[in-house]
Amino acid sequence: MRKCLYVRYKGSENAAIEEKGEKMAEEKFDVIIVGGGITGCVAAYLTAQAGLEVLVVERAEGAGQKAVTGGRMYGHAMEKVFPGFGEEAPVERKIVREKISVLSEDKAFTVEYDDDDMRRPEMASYSILRANLDPWLTEKAEEAGAMFIHGIRVDRILQDENGKACGVLAGEEEMYADCILLADGVNSLLAQQLGLKKELTPKQVAVGVKEVIYFGEEEINKRFGVKDGEGIANLFMGDVTNGAVGGGFIYTNKDSLSVGIVETIEEIGYGGVAPRDMLERLKQHPSVRDLLTGGQIQEYSAHLVTEGGYDMIPQLYADGVLVAGDAAALVMNLGFTIRGMDCCTESARLAAETIIEAKEKGDFSKAALSLYEKKLNDSFVFTDMKHFRKMPAFIDNHRIFEQYPGMIDEMMRGLFLVDGSKPEKFTKTAMGAVKKVGIFKILGDVRKGMGAL
Amino acid sequence: MAMTIEDKLGLNRFNVDSTPHIQIDGEYADQTLKERLVMACPAKLYRLREDNTVEFSYEGCLECGTCRVLTGGRIVKSWDHPMGGMGVAFKKG
Ligand SMILES: Cc1cc2nc3c(=O)[nH]c(=O)nc-3n(C[C@H](O)[C@H](O)[C@H](O)COP(=O)(O)OP(=O)(O)OC[C@H]3O[C@@H](n4cnc5c(N)ncnc54)[C@H](O)[C@@H]3O)c2cc1C
Ligand code: SF4
Repeated sequence: MRKCLYVRYKGSENAAIEEKGEKMAEEKFDVIIVGGGITGCVAAYLTAQAGLEVLVVERAEGAGQKAVTGGRMYGHAMEKVFPGFGEEAPVERKIVREKISVLSEDKAFTVEYDDDDMRRPEMASYSILRANLDPWLTEKAEEAGAMFIHGIRVDRILQDENGKACGVLAGEEEMYADCILLADGVNSLLAQQLGLKKELTPKQVAVGVKEVIYFGEEEINKRFGVKDGEGIANLFMGDVTNGAVGGGFIYTNKDSLSVGIVETIEEIGYGGVAPRDMLERLKQHPSVRDLLTGGQIQEYSAHLVTEGGYDMIPQLYADGVLVAGDAAALVMNLGFTIRGMDCCTESARLAAETIIEAKEKGDFSKAALSLYEKKLNDSFVFTDMKHFRKMPAFIDNHRIFEQYPGMIDEMMRGLFLVDGSKPEKFTKTAMGAVKKVGIFKILGDVRKGMGAL
Repeated sequence: MAMTIEDKLGLNRFNVDSTPHIQIDGEYADQTLKERLVMACPAKLYRLREDNTVEFSYEGCLECGTCRVLTGGRIVKSWDHPMGGMGVAFKKG
């Protein structure tokens, strides 16, 4: 088995490569994986386990240092790769309560859902901090025999005279392989260079802005009414984005909270609030601010989330190359939840299977690698993405973000606020609120929403 | 009191490269796009000067890509990931 060195950045791009020894420079790998995030690590683990010679090139100095997620990971895909994942992996908390809050300026209407089945491993989801998860995944892949070099940016994919991908160029260093897996995330400049993918458009992606805020484990338990190891996911829509398409989230980590917002890039400017200020708007909303008092911000981050759904999936393979995870836009932004991590895990597993089979046949041609797309097509990734295909178009509707939150909160006010004056009949309050938006518009949106689900 | 963006960035670790990974054309004419760009950057790295040209500093970049996608080749002329090991290093993610 290959000896795995964990290479740290030493001052120049080439130093890290040189440190690997001369052996590497002369050697040809079975597969070079660009990007050591979830996708890259899962694919590295599985291909190395099958006995392939695997190199992962990651531009971050250490595992997880460039990664940002929301986030909550549904565990089902990881359980297939690492049985017992939920028990063994450094997840933060198991999510056992879902909350969706509809905010208007000073009001909030929250739907809360508890389900004991959320505790079952095959259905469980977990809050995740990538700086904890990615090093664990890296270690798993290294133990299986994959080699990692950190602190190196791949600048270009090398192709032979027939156009087949055959290696990577990093600085002045060339490294060769039978097959390249692009697992380089949402800003996959390499998939663009190869013509597999067009530049992202402002409609297809949202910017996420996030803070991790420290409270201590006990304090999280107390504030959210949960016990050790269990936690909540809370999504927010309405006032946070001031009517623009987007929303907010809070996930409980072990001893901190992940608090963030997402806004579709095309929407920037609409409503007049900058994404970075939306985060403050969420934190200062009357329904949120008391939950956050006394917390210490530990980190401020930002990252893109693709949200174009099934219709934005790029070309997934070519001669000697496959694309997986965020680089392949395999993410569902459903409004009530984001699913990127389970999709990227599954796509990494299927890419690994494809590469292993290609290696057995000694055929890494486009035709051989097209098996990957067939596998995706038979998996939950494409099934679910097709199922929710209409979601992006449905969500792209200002009424949902601008008018409905106020409408719902106004109805609730009619029910719950008592000041001694004669109450209005609920039907009247409700109809008043509904008429402000327009009943036919609402019916149309309900029909479309049901269709998108 | 809410922390300023500068304070928030101060919590992160950056290995600042000597060469910028993003190049801009600060003279670009579209005023609306310029204003949206200033709004868009989570790290607040774009500013409008008094003469309405765009000023940009790459230190503190969170490497999200928003500025590139928003402007689609206008104003932001080139955008790359920083050199290996350079740029932001998240410790939570
Ligand atoms: C705000 C936000 C909230 C989200 N919430 C959720 C959620 O709740 N649930 C969920 O399932 N998903 C969520 N997602 C999506 C999820 O985070 C992604 O789907 C997931 O991180 C994708 O993993 P990946 O390994 O494909 O890409 P990444 O994690 O982005 O990894 C790509 C890696 O490639 C490296 N790289 C890139 N280019 C190069 C290069 N040229 N050379 C070398 N290395 C390179 C990068 O440094 C990086 O480490 C969210 C995303 C965001 C931004
Ligand atoms: S990549 Fe993101 S953080 Fe960096 S300058 Fe562009 S918008 Fe700002």
